[in-house]
Amino acid sequence: MYRLRLFASRHSRSFERIYTLLEGAMVAMDPVFRRVGYRRVEAVLTPIERLVKSLLFDCRMCGQCVLSSTGMSCPMNCPKGLRNGPCGGVRPGGFCEVKPQMRCVWVEAWSGATRMRHGEQISIVLPPVDHSLKGSSAWLRAAREKAEVRRAAKEAQRTTLARAFDDAREHEPSSAPLAPEPETSVEASRERRT
Amino acid sequence: MTPEITSSAPTRGRLEAVLRSGRFAITAELNPPDSANPDDVFEAARPLGEVADAINATDASGANCHMSSLGISALLVRAGYGPVLQISCRDRNRIAVQGDVLGAAALGVRNVLCLTGDDVSAGDQPGAKPVFDFDSVSLVRTLRTMRDEGMFLSGRKISDPPKLFIGAAENPCVEPLEWRPERLKKKIEAGADFIQTNLIFDMDRFRTFMARVREMGLHERAFILAGIGPLTSARVARWMRSRVPGIHIPDALVERLDAASDPAALGQRLCIEAIQEVREIEGVSGVHIMAYRREHLVSEIILQSGVLDRRRILKG
Repeated sequence: MYRLRLFASRHSRSFERIYTLLEGAMVAMDPVFRRVGYRRVEAVLTPIERLVKSLLFDCRMCGQCVLSSTGMSCPMNCPKGLRNGPCGGVRPGGFCEVKPQMRCVWVEAWSGATRMRHGEQISIVLPPVDHSLKGSSAWLRAAREKAEVRRAAKEAQRTTLARAFDDAREHEPSSAPLAPEPETSVEASRERRT
Repeated sequence: MTPEITSSAPTRGRLEAVLRSGRFAITAELNPPDSANPDDVFEAARPLGEVADAINATDASGANCHMSSLGISALLVRAGYGPVLQISCRDRNRIAVQGDVLGAAALGVRNVLCLTGDDVSAGDQPGAKPVFDFDSVSLVRTLRTMRDEGMFLSGRKISDPPKLFIGAAENPCVEPLEWRPERLKKKIEAGADFIQTNLIFDMDRFRTFMARVREMGLHERAFILAGIGPLTSARVARWMRSRVPGIHIPDALVERLDAASDPAALGQRLCIEAIQEVREIEGVSGVHIMAYRREHLVSEIILQSGVLDRRRILKG
């Protein structure tokens, strides 16, 4: 809805906060999601994401949500689908070249970005849309990636330790274990709770 | 001040050479023919080539179909000119664009100008499917990747990367005015070596824009060429304002043309003055002349403006 879309970019700061909480929750759910299977989770989550975001942002489910870098104004609503700022055809008063009755998505984006904590992200050069991801859940993808990066970091920590104490590893392997912990271990379940 | 830009290209086109040597550069836009006759291109290039360091071959500007920019550029190379190949994101997807750029470079094209492109609704075939797979900024970054990394966006290797001088556009006089310099910065960060602006008729807005550009130091990171063109009458000015996307003409200017006994002569004089004015603005490295249907006047305008006075004309 056009009005809600404008509302969203004018309250970009609040939506930024909400999304940060949502993402944090989803990252924390990673062990559960992995056990259930991300595909199954996606089947449930995608319709919810579609409903919420199409109501608030006129989302087109491109699958590569960049709202945090575009002042909470969805760039897929730009008739030219521009991802890196307005074109040169913006009409006086900040209206769209192609749909003169609509506010330019990027004029809204830039003013939305000024209200956000990490609004400076709007100056990052974004790649073209990967059309093969259309219709998939961007929320889940972002959360999964973050969880994976965290897991990799933890893994790196453990292997570094094992390598630093290589004598200990040789004679007393349990003091510096190298093998990844299985999902069902005590350690992993403690990790889930935190 | 001469911007320091590193390029992997060992050989330079004339435009790049002129800009890097700190001389005031001149580029001009060619009116593309609606024909398959190469002579029409040579004919159109003659009055521009007398003064221009590079000639822009437009890519169906205004979404009107003409001879392709690649075809025109190849012909201009053949005739000894340095073309600027304009690529609009409107008509081709990433597969076509990357292929075309390799083809153009193989044909001897050095300069490329990356544009978003006017929407199909502005042109003579509004039913066409708009592509916009890239936007101008991601297109710039893609070309830089091809040139500097020797790779397609897919990561596949290019055995002989294209030697490009990469350009982008900016429109300093239209909304959102305060964000235009930020957008310029984004284009430079994406990899633009030079910038050609859209037509400037409002010098106050352009000065404000350039002041911010200097504050941000952008003029030291890319060469900025100011877009200038003559208006021929108040009627044309009003038509452009309402029909051509991205054109801002102040009311005062339209009224002056309205009141003039010879509006075409006034338009030409204002154009010459505008060239002289932008030359004095710090951070402007050259002018880009867009004299639609007045191409035959371009060399006269440039010579009268005096911007070539301190320069040797390399090619007559």
